[in-house]
Amino acid sequence: MEDDATPRPEPWQVMGENLEIMTGGIPWGRRMAFRVTKLEKGRVWGVQPWKERLIGDPDTGVIHGGVLTAFLDNLSGMAASSSLDKARFVSTLDLRIDYMRPAEPRREILGEAECYHITRNVCFTHAWAYHESREKVIATAAGAFAINKPRTIESMRML
Amino acid sequence: MAEDFLATRAEQVQAFLARTPFAQEIGMRCEVMGDEMTAIMPYQDKLIGNFTIKALHGGAIGAFLELTAMAQVYLVTEHLDRPPRPINLTIDYLRQGHAKDTYARATITKMGRRMCSVQAEAWQDERSKPVTTLLAHFMVGAD
Repeated sequence: MEDDATPRPEPWQVMGENLEIMTGGIPWGRRMAFRVTKLEKGRVWGVQPWKERLIGDPDTGVIHGGVLTAFLDNLSGMAASSSLDKARFVSTLDLRIDYMRPAEPRREILGEAECYHITRNVCFTHAWAYHESREKVIATAAGAFAINKPRTIESMRML
Repeated sequence: MAEDFLATRAEQVQAFLARTPFAQEIGMRCEVMGDEMTAIMPYQDKLIGNFTIKALHGGAIGAFLELTAMAQVYLVTEHLDRPPRPINLTIDYLRQGHAKDTYARATITKMGRRMCSVQAEAWQDERSKPVTTLLAHFMVGAD
């Protein structure tokens, strides 16, 4: 019989305890060097450092838009899985990025994502990338994520 | 469009890829044939997003498509003296990208005076089974 006195942790709690592993375990995530700094249920914050190898415009030294795409895609996906009551992986169905203003060279970029709606099969997300605050945003993203078949909490720990 | 313009521009596209660190990072190459081009992103371990299922990271494919679309616009737009700036893009993840080489082509749907609309698709084995598609807008005129 299940012991009701020790409730299983929610997925977002397990994710929150394993922030390093969440991005460190992904080769492309490691290469992009972004980190997740904070996680709540359905909300995620992260940092994308400036790196020479990520430059998209050799004349100005500005980071490539594709780096922001990967960064916001990852944060959005984590916001989506952290919003679920059961441990599930999600996969990006589509992602729309709007570039509001160029990033400044040699500065790290902050990002945050939130999952604002969930249906039985799909999570909908919004995400923002900026240097200081959301008032002066560099790029925004709108995503839809397909919810995959269930996994055990243990398999998420193994990530 | 002058033939010698295309030859020169093809070289400029290659030069741009060669001196852009991020294009080098994803290992992107380009084969230009007149006003058409096919981009290639050879498989590398670092492009993996999920190694339990050996799938390419969506962000890597998305970045590859964005660069392909950008290079295609630069290739055929005479008045541009540098690759165009993206306004926005939508990426459609259709299938899983496997641990193998990825190819991409872009088509300009509408070339305007200030902006243009581009579609691009990436595939691996079969061209008719795209892995990911992209729809993007770029600035091609003065701000």
